[in-house]
Amino acid sequence: MSYSTALPTHHQTHNPLTDAYHGKSAETRHLKPNELSTGTTIMAIAFSSGVVLCADSRVSTGTYIANRASDKISQLHDHIWCCRSGSAADTQALTDYVRHYLGQLAVETGRVPEVKVAAHLMRRLCYENKDNLMAGVIVGGWDPVEGGSVYNIPLGGACMSMPFAIGGSGSTYIYGLVDSEFKEGMTKEEAVALCKKAVSHAMSRDGSSGGIIRTCVVTGDGCEREYVSGNRLPYGPAGW
Amino acid sequence: MSLSLQAGGSATRALSSTAPSATTSHTTSPITTGTSVLAIKYRSGVLLAADTLVSYGSMAKYKNARRLLPINSSTLIGGSGEYSDLQSVTELLKRNALEDRCTADSLYNEESNEECAKEVWSYLRAVMYNRRSKMNPLWNDLVVAGFKKNEDGTISDEPFLGLVDKIGTAYEDDILATGFGSYIALPLMREKYRPDMEEGEARALLEDCLRILFYRDCRALNRVQIAKVTRDGKCLVSEPYELDTYWDFKGFVNSKAGLGTDGGW
Repeated sequence: MSYSTALPTHHQTHNPLTDAYHGKSAETRHLKPNELSTGTTIMAIAFSSGVVLCADSRVSTGTYIANRASDKISQLHDHIWCCRSGSAADTQALTDYVRHYLGQLAVETGRVPEVKVAAHLMRRLCYENKDNLMAGVIVGGWDPVEGGSVYNIPLGGACMSMPFAIGGSGSTYIYGLVDSEFKEGMTKEEAVALCKKAVSHAMSRDGSSGGIIRTCVVTGDGCEREYVSGNRLPYGPAGW
Repeated sequence: MSLSLQAGGSATRALSSTAPSATTSHTTSPITTGTSVLAIKYRSGVLLAADTLVSYGSMAKYKNARRLLPINSSTLIGGSGEYSDLQSVTELLKRNALEDRCTADSLYNEESNEECAKEVWSYLRAVMYNRRSKMNPLWNDLVVAGFKKNEDGTISDEPFLGLVDKIGTAYEDDILATGFGSYIALPLMREKYRPDMEEGEARALLEDCLRILFYRDCRALNRVQIAKVTRDGKCLVSEPYELDTYWDFKGFVNSKAGLGTDGGW
């Protein structure tokens, strides 16, 4: 069984020697001219009565920070949100589509849509268009059937339900930290604190993540959005 | 294949050895890199500024690295680009300075045989151009700061600020910046510059530029160093310290990705 590669295939081979002369660094070769990327750190944790979603705020084109305070946590429905990573344009388009379909579904069924359905809608779009998209998404939310749930949808369009999820370029730096500090059955406060701590550690080491930390806590009662200023992060950015 | 401590790289060894297999040297992309260096002349001399981050690709790997380095008692260099090449250049210049001290006429006057900043800058131009001509550049943009020499060999009152880039281009100016700094900081410095600025003013200007670079350059950090060379022969490099940053604009704080929006920018 063969899988297409997660990253878009290059039609022309590039020579690192000439690429350096033509100004194409290793990080930006895959981007089209002027394309924006959310090199990012995103995270979500499901706790007893809901989920917390967390993200940094840096949007970069190559090494220029196009937006230092963007909002990467987008609302899909009343109690369903998603964290976006990868190409900013691709994830915004995906968010628009899923919002549209979810809204339609809610009207047609007369019910609160389940997070599972939102995640699978997102997955269908990511999978069927995998050759043209570069998007890693974490869908998290609350519904009356399952309570809080988190779904990780990485580059190829797989969809995995998990108790916590991390994604984006900065996530590689915090796998160890999150693996050692996560535990089942955390309270809301513990989950939020872990998210903020882990994301600030990732922001401190990943050049493509930074700025402020945004969180969104989704429970049956609604959503609370919070903001941690870039000079009051739990850790860093300078660190050691 | 055996390893060698000989300087010059595998190309020089290939030329001088009689072995049939010869590795060719080639231009490689930089691996550990430093970002912008800023420099400005002010009333009593020259100020240099840089952050203390050395990146490993997109990773912020070394956050306490020194990119502003004294060469002799009256010359400073600041380097951006490949950090290993900066260390190599610094060693070379320090070796020259040591040799100058050892071969001086006077044993007691430490500064009698020192090269002035302009001489160091000229020497570096030759070094960088020579390496580029061998298609194996030192991947740095170097700023040289200090003073010029008078006709009689004494250090003059006139401050000197020069830049040498990786292909051997060399120029001098009152305000210099490398990397991202040349796009973002240079216009700001040029607007605020006056030839007789006080140290406090010049420092505030440099700190402001470093802060803006931290906002807009993915490879920048808010831990920075400032260094100065003054007319009375003092060459000082500060300890690293952290800049404060501002994030509380209303447009930043308010979330923008609710249901009624286009997905959040």
